[in-house]
Amino acid sequence: MNLIEQAKRKVSGSNFLLMVTIVMFAIMYLAGILIYSRQGFGNMQTFMNMLIDNAGLIIVASGMTVVIITGGIDISVGSMVGLSCMMLAYMMEIKGMKASTAVGIVLLFGIVFGTVQGWLISYLKIQPFIVTLAGMFFARGLTAMISVDQIAILSNQNFLDMANKNIYLPFGAIVNKRGIKLFPFIHPSVVIALITLAVIWYVLKYTKFGRSVFAIGGSEQSAMLMGLNVRKVKMSAYVLNGFLSALGGFVFCLNTTSGFVEQARGFEMEAIASTVIGGTLLTGGVGTVVGSFFGVLIKAIIETYIRSNGTLSSWWNKIVLSLLLCFFIVLQSVFAALRRRRG
Amino acid sequence: MSDTLSLVKSKGRALVGQRLFLPLFALFLVLIVNVIKTPAFFNISIQNGVLYGYIIDIVNRSSELVILAVGMTLVIATGGIDISVGAVSALSAAVCVRLLGSSYDSYATPMVLAILAALTIGMICGAFNGLLVSKLRIQAMVATLILFTAGRGVAQLISAREIGGKMVPGQIIYVRMESFKGIGGFLPRVIVPTPVFIAAAVVLIFYLVLTRTALGLYIKTVGINSRAGRLVGINSTFIMFLGYVLCGLTASMAGVISSSRIYSSDANNIGLNMELDAILAVALGGNSMAGGKFSLAGSVIGAITIQALTTSLYAMGVTADQLPVYKAIVVVLIVSIQSEELKRWISARGGKKA
Repeated sequence: MNLIEQAKRKVSGSNFLLMVTIVMFAIMYLAGILIYSRQGFGNMQTFMNMLIDNAGLIIVASGMTVVIITGGIDISVGSMVGLSCMMLAYMMEIKGMKASTAVGIVLLFGIVFGTVQGWLISYLKIQPFIVTLAGMFFARGLTAMISVDQIAILSNQNFLDMANKNIYLPFGAIVNKRGIKLFPFIHPSVVIALITLAVIWYVLKYTKFGRSVFAIGGSEQSAMLMGLNVRKVKMSAYVLNGFLSALGGFVFCLNTTSGFVEQARGFEMEAIASTVIGGTLLTGGVGTVVGSFFGVLIKAIIETYIRSNGTLSSWWNKIVLSLLLCFFIVLQSVFAALRRRRG
Repeated sequence: MSDTLSLVKSKGRALVGQRLFLPLFALFLVLIVNVIKTPAFFNISIQNGVLYGYIIDIVNRSSELVILAVGMTLVIATGGIDISVGAVSALSAAVCVRLLGSSYDSYATPMVLAILAALTIGMICGAFNGLLVSKLRIQAMVATLILFTAGRGVAQLISAREIGGKMVPGQIIYVRMESFKGIGGFLPRVIVPTPVFIAAAVVLIFYLVLTRTALGLYIKTVGINSRAGRLVGINSTFIMFLGYVLCGLTASMAGVISSSRIYSSDANNIGLNMELDAILAVALGGNSMAGGKFSLAGSVIGAITIQALTTSLYAMGVTADQLPVYKAIVVVLIVSIQSEELKRWISARGGKKA
């Protein structure tokens, strides 16, 4: 009896939503293996490709998770990713800068951008959606100011080496038709993404800043009464998110190796959807980056489905993801209503 | 002497404190800059039987924004926001044009029915947003983000054309019939552009409904304190829901006008960045972004100001892609000025100095 009680308590709250996500991921993955076995869905490499394609999203979704846990939102991240790509492409191709310098400048810009947004939100108390909506259009417009034409990164060998380097994994090999053993591989971008994920997970769980983020999201007033510097923590969350969206932009650029105005449009939606699907409550105070990681994987599976199918228009990606986001926020809201009734 | 000075000061403060001071001042500023740059700015002439001039162009082009701003004002007054208006415009336009078809001889569906269908789609989108926000109590930003992203995708799927025996989505469909151009252009023997009439009618109807019935008061109550509203017997949920439905309706009207202007539906570009313009118009109109009191007149003046700004920036050689940079800065400045924290900070500093 006691055990059941304990189990029930464990499954409650965000754990429940996280479990729904993980179970859903498992079902979708198995279904994919069954339906699209001929297209090689079950190969280890297919899974690795999901990570490679979405390395940038993993980073951006981690930052988004932190911001949403404070009870805020940031919809400027997609434009920031696009702007970062454009800045990198412009600095390296047109100005001939070194890759390290260009990446450094982009990351610094992300921090500055996040600081301005964070200051407006936490110190001037302007609603986050207005500030980040303005930020979204600002960054997108700035991208167009740098260049209206697409810039492809072709000459910076260091950058291209980093983008295309294959890191082979020691397991999960398949034997192809000619009898050669093929090991699955990832790119450095995946390594950066997974390290970032681990760091953010650690920061949220074991540092003073991380615990303050949860406290503020739970109840800003209580956090203030507890003596936490609410403004500073909130601002730090946006600064961190600004940095992570620039880093995500860099990693995204490793995949696309180009910059253009329309790049990463709708990326903010993907980041928010991944976060919400991963069990982070939009009301704040509850969430984990591990969930967001699974959210990204679910989005990746949908994309792989649509690509494997081959006949569906790519517009379906956005539509299905939106529907999924809709489903999960409705689930969250039903969940919140149930909890209110119980409490 | 000091009496006169303080009188001037207090009068000045009263003027600045007026609700419509900010939007009118901004409009005045934009117009002055334009007159200095282009002396012929206020000239109006009649060419080819229709009115012609900078001012006419600005008023004409601002029609969609004025209509959108009316809907957005209501949503923001209930304490929400709707960032899906641009996508809903594109979606409605796609529905309308797809139903009309691109035959040279006749419409595939009567024009009235096609427009009604477009408006219905707009209201359905609004109802979807409203349901999520009012009934399920989801943050308005995230709830409307769903259609913001998916709306254009659906519009692309609807904008399908038969190419080689297969329906291919994502096409630009052209309407070839002359009468469709009347909505976004000119009606025969009328010298004023039709969109101006539509915008004026929308503003008038909304103004009458909001002031002659209790609806305006209800919306204010819900925006200031929805709980208190519920306690005095106002159905807050329904009022919020209604706000989003009306916003969807105005978005679809703007979409139909836009598609008529270009005789086609372009799912990528109709209503692009309009959500920012609409929110900016409402903010510039002196409305609080936190909801509550609102002024329809302020939003309308705000919308015309934004269009004047857009036209002026175009004239200065700024491209459409770059415009949002300036507008984003203006939005942040306006909401910063409105910020209570900044006012407190400034008054605290002023106090120290004195």
